[in-house]
Amino acid sequence: MVDLKTPIQELVAGVKTGQLTAVELVEAGLAKIKETSDYHTILEINSSALDDARSVDARVKAGEDLPLAGIPFIAKDNFLTRGTHTTAASRILEPFEAPYEGQVIKLLRAAGAILLAKSNLDAFAHGSSTENSDFGPSKNPSDPTRVPGGSSGGSAASVALGQACFATGTDTGSSVRLPASFCGVVGMMPSYGLVSRNGVIAMGSSFDTIGAMTNSVGDMALVMDTMAGPDPADATTVNRRPTYLLPKAAPSMKGLKFGLIKEYLAEGTDPDVRRIVMDAVEELKKAGASVEEVSIPLVGLALAAYYILVPAEVSSNLARYDGVRYGHSSPAATNLEETYRLSREEGFGAEAKRRIIIGTYVLSSGYYDAYYKRAQKVRTRLIDEFKSVFSKYDLLLGPVAPTPAFKIGDRAKDPVQMYLSDVCTVAVNLVGSCGISVPAGLAQGLPVGLQIIGPQQGEDQLLRAAAAAEALLGDKVAI
Amino acid sequence: MSKIGTDEIQRMAKLARIGLSADEAAQMSVQLGQILEFVEQLNSVDVTNTAPTDQVTGLVDVWREDEIRPSMDRSRLLAGAPAQQDGYIVVKRVLNG
Repeated sequence: MVDLKTPIQELVAGVKTGQLTAVELVEAGLAKIKETSDYHTILEINSSALDDARSVDARVKAGEDLPLAGIPFIAKDNFLTRGTHTTAASRILEPFEAPYEGQVIKLLRAAGAILLAKSNLDAFAHGSSTENSDFGPSKNPSDPTRVPGGSSGGSAASVALGQACFATGTDTGSSVRLPASFCGVVGMMPSYGLVSRNGVIAMGSSFDTIGAMTNSVGDMALVMDTMAGPDPADATTVNRRPTYLLPKAAPSMKGLKFGLIKEYLAEGTDPDVRRIVMDAVEELKKAGASVEEVSIPLVGLALAAYYILVPAEVSSNLARYDGVRYGHSSPAATNLEETYRLSREEGFGAEAKRRIIIGTYVLSSGYYDAYYKRAQKVRTRLIDEFKSVFSKYDLLLGPVAPTPAFKIGDRAKDPVQMYLSDVCTVAVNLVGSCGISVPAGLAQGLPVGLQIIGPQQGEDQLLRAAAAAEALLGDKVAI
Repeated sequence: MSKIGTDEIQRMAKLARIGLSADEAAQMSVQLGQILEFVEQLNSVDVTNTAPTDQVTGLVDVWREDEIRPSMDRSRLLAGAPAQQDGYIVVKRVLNG
């Protein structure tokens, strides 16, 4: 059976030269999904995956040059896909079959990639552990009693388990980088607007980014190169660079100036996480980079601003689930008002309800200025601080999260405790920068990622630095 | 500490058209209090002369040509509706008789 953790470019070369077929790759993925089903990474298998593989094999045979020929991937279940359900892991969308497919899925399919399955997440991407999935949590591949992180936890765990070559994710506050760190894979969120949000279920529309999880930075560059670019159906998309592919020569650390965010290593950081980050810093320095501690005073307030602004956007985005046009509709309703009220009561889980109520509260008359508008202004101040730091440094460094993966159930009862998992990641979404988690070490057997943050539209430099870091840290993460 | 009573929670639930049980409202009253206490720290920043941020790309007025394009197939869009008739979505009565 083919190992789907093989570098994507090798697999693509194999398909193009006829040593491998798309069908074999899909069969390998389906077998691995079956073998590792206890981790509950998958909500639904794409029943036409093998047919799709046959058609890719035919396209290759006909001479089409496909950059992702035959590569099986898994889509987080908040990406609209044809031929499967799209539930966002919420009961309210349990019966939903999307009438159209998201732009990213179309681009990936056009490049020859094959949708294998839909992965588990915290319902509507609200969470940091997948415990908010209405269909039960996923499990961490390194320790099944622990969470894989979230919200794209099913995607990260699936890549770590070798169920597919890569998986898509969304990152509104941590949701790609955190599970990547917890599962020991590479996870990247591009700058806001680089990848189209068209056909992805909206959470916080001024924060949502479309990212991916892969086994290597080289794979990530290839996937990003396929996904990035303006889309007329998403008016917030920005222009892309000609390429995000890595140069043939191994990228170097020499001359790069990093700022290590002091506030992210403050009290409360797990000692193993701190050690892993500081060891990585030493490796980067030895390889010729300069690393200086830098203070961004307002990052400590980013989480508070985030938990006003995002619920506000969530309450507005989730208003569309009304039991009228699609999704769950309460059979008990006797009038239209009850259709709304009961369908939403029955269909939404606890966290979605909590965010709808917080969002409604901070947007309601009398509280709008005190909460929502103030948070928007703090966001402006944070953007200014990042701009000033990026005028001195090429890239920033820090941990992805203060701890390695925690136990299933440990934080589920206390929302503020759960929100604190995102303390080192949300600022990047508030300011619209890009970030990546690269496996950097093990804390008592649990993977820990190093977070590298780049300026807006700085993805090419971010990827090159991440590739150089990966080469330096590779032997620290071997399990 | 910020206090939000269950009556205030139920008022928000009504605005958001979402039903909440008494238990849910009671639990949320406590949790919302904790969350609002947590976000109080934003009051430590002076934002007197700061403009609010709505979006981060800096893009302004993104236009497209106003041209006729084929729309999505109607039956496909209606396929997910819980009830439909003659190409329309059926809803429950708006007023009780």
